[in-house]
Amino acid sequence: MSQGEIWTLSLQALRRLLAAGGTSSAEVCAAFWDRAAELDRHLHAFLDLRPRTAVLADAEAIDRQRAAGSALGPLAGLPVALKDNLSTAGWETTCGSRILRGYRPPYDATVVSRLKAAGMVVLGKTNLDEFAMGSSTEHSAFGPTRNPWDLGRVPGGSSGGSAAAVAAGMAPASLGSDTGGSIRQPAALCGVVGLKPTYGRVSRYGLVAFASSLDQVGPFGREVADVAMMLGAIAGPDPHDATSARVAVPDYSEALVPDLSGLRIGAPRELFGEGVDEDVRASVAAAIDLLGELGASVSECSLPHVGYSLDAYYVIAPAECSSNLARYDGVRFGPRAGHGDYVAQFSATRGEGFGPEVKRRIMLGTYALSAGYYDAYYDRAQRVRTLIRRDFQEAFQRFDALVAPTSPTVAFPLGSRLEDPLAMYAADICSVPANLAGLPALSVPCGLSNGLPVGLQVIGPAFGEMTLLRIGAAFEQSSDFHGRRPPMAVLG
Amino acid sequence: MPGFEPVIGLEVHVELRTRSKMFCGCSADFGAPPNTHVCPVCLGLPGALPVVNRQAVVYAMRAALALHGNIAEETSFDRKNYHYPDLAKGYQISQYQHPISTGGHLDVVRPDGSVLHVRLRRLHMEEDTGKSLHEGVPAGSSGVDFNRAGVPLIEIVMEADVHSPEDARLTLQTLRTVVLYTGVSDVRMEEGSLRCDANVSLRPEGTTAFGTLVEIKNMNSFRSVQRALEYEVTRQSGILGEGGRVARETRHWDERRGITFSSRSKEEADDYRYFPEPDLGALKVERAWVAAVAATMPELPESRRERYVGAGLSAYDAGVLVEDPPLADYFDAVVAAGVAARSACSWLTVELLGRLNGRGEAIGGSKVGPEALAALIRLIEQGTISAKIGKDVLDAMVAEGGDPEAIVRARGLTQISDEGALAQAVRDVLGANATVVADFKSGKDKAFGFLVGQVMKATRGQANPGLVNTILRKELES
Repeated sequence: MSQGEIWTLSLQALRRLLAAGGTSSAEVCAAFWDRAAELDRHLHAFLDLRPRTAVLADAEAIDRQRAAGSALGPLAGLPVALKDNLSTAGWETTCGSRILRGYRPPYDATVVSRLKAAGMVVLGKTNLDEFAMGSSTEHSAFGPTRNPWDLGRVPGGSSGGSAAAVAAGMAPASLGSDTGGSIRQPAALCGVVGLKPTYGRVSRYGLVAFASSLDQVGPFGREVADVAMMLGAIAGPDPHDATSARVAVPDYSEALVPDLSGLRIGAPRELFGEGVDEDVRASVAAAIDLLGELGASVSECSLPHVGYSLDAYYVIAPAECSSNLARYDGVRFGPRAGHGDYVAQFSATRGEGFGPEVKRRIMLGTYALSAGYYDAYYDRAQRVRTLIRRDFQEAFQRFDALVAPTSPTVAFPLGSRLEDPLAMYAADICSVPANLAGLPALSVPCGLSNGLPVGLQVIGPAFGEMTLLRIGAAFEQSSDFHGRRPPMAVLG
Repeated sequence: MPGFEPVIGLEVHVELRTRSKMFCGCSADFGAPPNTHVCPVCLGLPGALPVVNRQAVVYAMRAALALHGNIAEETSFDRKNYHYPDLAKGYQISQYQHPISTGGHLDVVRPDGSVLHVRLRRLHMEEDTGKSLHEGVPAGSSGVDFNRAGVPLIEIVMEADVHSPEDARLTLQTLRTVVLYTGVSDVRMEEGSLRCDANVSLRPEGTTAFGTLVEIKNMNSFRSVQRALEYEVTRQSGILGEGGRVARETRHWDERRGITFSSRSKEEADDYRYFPEPDLGALKVERAWVAAVAATMPELPESRRERYVGAGLSAYDAGVLVEDPPLADYFDAVVAAGVAARSACSWLTVELLGRLNGRGEAIGGSKVGPEALAALIRLIEQGTISAKIGKDVLDAMVAEGGDPEAIVRARGLTQISDEGALAQAVRDVLGANATVVADFKSGKDKAFGFLVGQVMKATRGQANPGLVNTILRKELES
């Protein structure tokens, strides 16, 4: 196998090749590292690529274990990229923010230690909207990531770096985090598979918090089986996270059967409404037809309160953010600015350290929690959240899964929404409901609109990841969208 | 001019003596070098998450049960948001909407035996903050020690049922005793494991509406609680007496100057922006769990006090014992060894404690164990030695330890109750004191006491005083 072809392979293909002795981990990791180093000049998917020697040293250690006949897991020796809001021991974790420049956590996030325990080799930390607040990765303090399908467009966000890296073949898989769509929307816009697990399915310990009741870590991959395997490695209860669920982790690979007969799938009309591009709607409708051909019974349904999702989300998420980000005062970590007393240093540190979108959300959230406004905003938003959750519960009495567009549009041009926060927030309209209800949701490529990828979103009941993976895998095997690579000349 | 009645509500923080902190595995012990009992969780590092320490919940329940609180079926945590350098996360995890316990009461027995019934509003759990350091750091800078950050606390909020500074002090002391009995804290005000803030307002006597509330902080001893409130009551009645208005504010007690001073106006009060802690789910408190905790509760001060009064002790003596659990335990052991409660109490609290205090010893470190004290009391009550000799024996026991019977034997201190021997001693004394005998016979009763004293002196105090009396009277009248 030549280096030039390795980067085109999925985790599954790489795993089989390694097991058959057709390549080595060192060769695989070198191939991805070299491509990442080359392409990142154009894409800026990575905030930090580890030194090549360190990556190869890790890979060679796995190769030696393999040669010695050690029992290795399926992910051993395969490279992975991590969103830079996942804590990595001794390795700068910036969240795309100036306020964390130089911050080296003393510990690994649970998901990071689980991937390391599985033998995965970390390539680097990927770009994101500052503190995961954004839908375009343009809010990174260190410059935007570009969409491999069109360098003039955004990759989506906030996990834009992780999505672009997989789309461009810089890593076969990556981790992101999803608070209001931050895995699924960039997966859709970059033409890769992305999964937001059920709230509590994956530990949040070490994931730098944005909105604690909504955040969830999840994987990106080039095909559904890759994402299933990654989920199996990171899922499961964690004694360090009181919100992680004590629910057994099934073997997700068993979900991957190309038959949907007997499945009942609902298409909530509210998620196909205003704001959804005609092309996107058409691609998703065609995908739904295909699901029917594969044996599922599909019918339209309604989630009556889901139209209030964005309103509730943009109260709850900023409220939690305003509290979660209070710790960035320059006392214990990160750069410290200003002189004089605590208040002066605190103000200067935060004034210089946070970008405008983060400041906007801190102010929104502080306001929503303030005495006299709590009932009208935070409390009311939580009531709406309960209604939305109930809508889903009722829908899942009748359906095994729901389908919708992942994003209302394809990738938009860089800079086109930066001056209009509401237009940016509207990018989350289809993805936010699953976060509010704590449900798992998968995005799989389902078409192209003017050469740009479109994503099909599949939402399941709590801990229904098996069903989502089954639908995604069946769809993938009967269509040819997932194999497509960005055609950009610069990407080779 | 009518007088004013103080209306006082206490808010008390108690630091729980759990092994580890409230939300992480770090040691909760005191006295370690700064920032050695810390981890990502209690330092508030990005991405770290709290996990509830069940021992802290059990301790909070013990305190709540001892105070007759109603333990919630489901309890949850909230974030109290404010900025301070010693507050690692920029918020304190506390309980706001659903505290572990609501209601309850504390019966405060005053020295005169009257009882003040103080209602409790709530008891909730929260975490302690770090501590700012202004010494041992470079000039012009401050340090923060996070060893204390995350140590579990309970906050007990009382209704404003207290109406005098002295009652406030007694209430706090009573609360301390109750908590001490539960074993969840060492409740030391000087060391900060017991902290008290007070809300105080005045109203014209005979009225029921509340006046303007002033919060007093920084009272670091029981005495300062009373002093600060006395100062504050005087200050506020001065203002009201002149027709002025009391400002709603927080005031600090200055122990050295003996005054309170304004530290913050309530008009610019903090808005803590409480909201439910999303990192911790609600905690179901199963009734079986509560019952299991209740089953491990020790005897509490109230029932111990009742038991002592029932056994014949005065309210005062019962109070002295109950407020000092090691002393009360010692007392119980003396009684268990077969001594009547009243003698046990008097020999323990008057004789033994008096001697130990003189030597600067605590009851726990005394050489005299409860069985030895009981043996001594039995020797006296059986007439083997007199009470006076008993006190000498106790001196020896306190200094050297040892068994009282052995001491009595070794020193030949056994009481002389042999009538023949005593009659001889009496006759000797009468023969040597003819003038005193004449005085007695001419009606001077005091002369009798002198003659008794002479007999005791002649027998080195070992004569049975009752017998000496009888024999002497018989001889004088013969």
